[in-house]
Amino acid sequence: MESVKTTINRRSFLKVSALAGGGMMLSFSWLAGCNPSAPEEVATLPKEWFELNSYIKIADNGLITLMAPNPEFGSNVKTSLPMMVAEELDIDWKDVMVEQADFFPERYDRQFTGGSLAMQMAWKPLRTAGATARHMLIAAAAQAWQVPAGEITTENGMLHHKGSSKKASYGEMASKAAGLEVPKEVPLKNVKDFKIIGNSKRNVEGVNIVTGKPLFTLDYKREGMLIAMIAFPPAFGLKVKSVDDGAVKAMPGIKDVFTIKTLADDYERNFFDTTSFTELVVVVGNTTWEVMNAKKALKVEWEKIADTTIALAGRGGSKQTVTIPAGLESTEGHLAKMAQMAKKPGKELRKDGDPEGVFKKATKVIERTYTAPFLAHNAMEPVNCFAHVTAEKAEIVAPIQAPEIISQTLVARLGLPKEKIHIKLARMGGGFGQRAYGHHLVEAAVISQKLNAPVKLVYTREDDMTYGIYRPTYTATYKAALDENNNMIAYQVKAGGIPESPLGFSQNRFPAGAVDNYLAEEWVINSNITIGAFRAPRSNFLGAVEQAFLDEVAQLAGKDPIEFRLELLERAKKSPVGKQNDYDPDRYAGVLKLVRDKSNWKGANKDVHRGVAAYFCHNTYVAEVVDLSIKENKPVVEKVFAAVDCGIVVNPDAAANMGEGAIIDGIGNALYGEMTFKDGVPQKNNFHNYRMIRHSEAPKSIEVHFVKNDKDPTGLGEPLFPPIFAALANAIYKATGKREYSQPFLQGKGPLV
Amino acid sequence: MAIFNLNINGKQSQVDVDPATPMLWVLRDHLNLVGTKYGCGVAQCGACTIHLGNVATRSCMLPVSGVGNQAITTIEGLSEKGDHPVQKAWLEHDVAQCGYCQAGQIMNAAALLKSNASPSDAEIESAMNGNICRCATYLRIKAAIHTAAKLTTTKS
Repeated sequence: MESVKTTINRRSFLKVSALAGGGMMLSFSWLAGCNPSAPEEVATLPKEWFELNSYIKIADNGLITLMAPNPEFGSNVKTSLPMMVAEELDIDWKDVMVEQADFFPERYDRQFTGGSLAMQMAWKPLRTAGATARHMLIAAAAQAWQVPAGEITTENGMLHHKGSSKKASYGEMASKAAGLEVPKEVPLKNVKDFKIIGNSKRNVEGVNIVTGKPLFTLDYKREGMLIAMIAFPPAFGLKVKSVDDGAVKAMPGIKDVFTIKTLADDYERNFFDTTSFTELVVVVGNTTWEVMNAKKALKVEWEKIADTTIALAGRGGSKQTVTIPAGLESTEGHLAKMAQMAKKPGKELRKDGDPEGVFKKATKVIERTYTAPFLAHNAMEPVNCFAHVTAEKAEIVAPIQAPEIISQTLVARLGLPKEKIHIKLARMGGGFGQRAYGHHLVEAAVISQKLNAPVKLVYTREDDMTYGIYRPTYTATYKAALDENNNMIAYQVKAGGIPESPLGFSQNRFPAGAVDNYLAEEWVINSNITIGAFRAPRSNFLGAVEQAFLDEVAQLAGKDPIEFRLELLERAKKSPVGKQNDYDPDRYAGVLKLVRDKSNWKGANKDVHRGVAAYFCHNTYVAEVVDLSIKENKPVVEKVFAAVDCGIVVNPDAAANMGEGAIIDGIGNALYGEMTFKDGVPQKNNFHNYRMIRHSEAPKSIEVHFVKNDKDPTGLGEPLFPPIFAALANAIYKATGKREYSQPFLQGKGPLV
Repeated sequence: MAIFNLNINGKQSQVDVDPATPMLWVLRDHLNLVGTKYGCGVAQCGACTIHLGNVATRSCMLPVSGVGNQAITTIEGLSEKGDHPVQKAWLEHDVAQCGYCQAGQIMNAAALLKSNASPSDAEIESAMNGNICRCATYLRIKAAIHTAAKLTTTKS
């Protein structure tokens, strides 16, 4: 049993207030900072509910409400995080109701969805919250029954004292428990005693989803609410020059047309303040259809931007400036520029041994260059946000992965103090990284502040797809050298992108540490096209191409691709090169071995072509095998086997669901995903020309296998995504004899075979 | 503007709107039936699927003036208690991730099962191909449709 310090003293986190109906109400601040609950908040809570801490409310009838702290965008944190609390609280999951917490940093530690970090970051605090409350309930019963607390056991929300045969539900003791001292240290369960963690629980929102309940911001309504849409330049590199709004203002249902400036020119942006256009034309009216039509009728003249420099707050309080170049960019130009940069030396990130010397003398050298396009996120719910900003306060309902960060921007822009800005975290219709950037919250709030009315800002699908914040376009050149015994003796990666290098955080990843002579270099080309996190940022390119390259190196070495990787991992384990390597070779090898066994790697069906890949990112190890056939000149993914090591799997069936989704998403983007540009104009603007994977193109079956161990859980939303690109590419090679060097593999090209 | 009398989920509703207004926005903005979702507005994603009579229809490109006397069913009216075989199967397979497209998927699947009580994998893929799921829950959707087909057959 593990004992954890609760780190919170009573004075800093307890607030006891008498309630009319008897008993005590306890407010709890999970952070040390104590922000007393507003009186109206206390008054609106049902009097029969007792709050044991910010995650747990227990009713006198034994019903339990657990708060889900993180914004939900489909990774199922609304179910899996409360499971952690429930486990340590020792309750029956069927008695649990889950409620989505608003953004409330004084009560919740980390209300951020992204980076596949929810499980990892919540693992200790949320279990501690459950264990602390359970401990207080036991203490309450011990007092009531006059027996030692150590003799009281709990099970499924019941307290029991064997010696006296006394029994009580948590509900009966909740009032008393709420008034007790919070323990300074509580024990946590042993993994072997888990009853809820590790046992699949269905999505707590399942019934609401299948019955069409209003769960999303786009479904949100308020009396007197107006609909707003924005018009932004049709091309990156343009800005608003003038607006002719005469005809539009007279259209039915239209209230107003105006332009807004979302960020001041001298505002120092934070890392998630990415915004493509700070000056926008706004159309406001009564209904969505009316505003949509008016937006189409708008006559706006655009002009070219000049080179612009913006201030950006860097990591660790540093300041940097970023140049946004003028110009109307095209994909053709991007590819040419990247090809040029790939030939020049890059900025060195890591060097081991003497790669240059070894490449000159090696028996065999192989060099390959890979490219991938910009990608649009295309979450199914287009960008939208509700805002009601008055002189006193701002109310916001939004699909937002990172409320904390954008709340700072709102403070600066609206001129309201932080505590007067309330953000409700609506369920998001997908996020994939795009919803970490809260420009839509600022836009909606600025529009509402100007109108002094509740407003829902709605992007059309075309707006959502052409607005920017894309996955960057990348190029990487890999080079490997083999000695006369086909051992890999040197390895080099030089990678860059527009306007971000994929490599900055990854120079210490495999195969660094497994090869004596290693070099990682990067380069960057500026652009006025905006970019942002996209499911497994940077890794979604690196994993894809590195693992395709290693397949070719294994082939050159005449080795089985799994055995080749295992040999390198064995080297990294026994005599690692360098001290900064960021992976555990045993766990990496573990997933390769598991996928080898589960797929019966050497015993593939004769009708299918197999490819394998493995990658470590977001603290989780994944290996994947793709079985591919070619039918009517098209690749058909028959089956995918995945082996995953993410430590303890909290909610296994939901974890498998997310893994399946990441695999299909990866296959879709590998085959079809791309955003191209001509003269600054995004060339795809809706699903008729932006090709998304569909039902008939999904694999026929997927098996997701988890390594069983007792390690603390790590994330799953992203890690299954990067390697599938490579497993697919490697299988396509087996089928066609041709290597794929540029993504997407299918679109805009001739048939594969 | 014009007045339209609509039969939606077994009830008569009246709206006074521009005749070109798509049913999607009549449902969402005028009748507060927001289960039907906006995804693309050009009948490419299926998030807005409703039943016009027994036929799965993209409501984003169906003008209210084109409905006439035909009965409309939306996700809110698919069953009274959320226990349509397709809804039950969706819960059994815990299909949803973000959940945004699922109402459209469910409506399309329910219409498929009305015309084909026991569809094959290929028939499901073909019938469901117009419905995008960005979270890519396609395999669970397929499995759930097979389960729903069994539930429907057992019931009848």
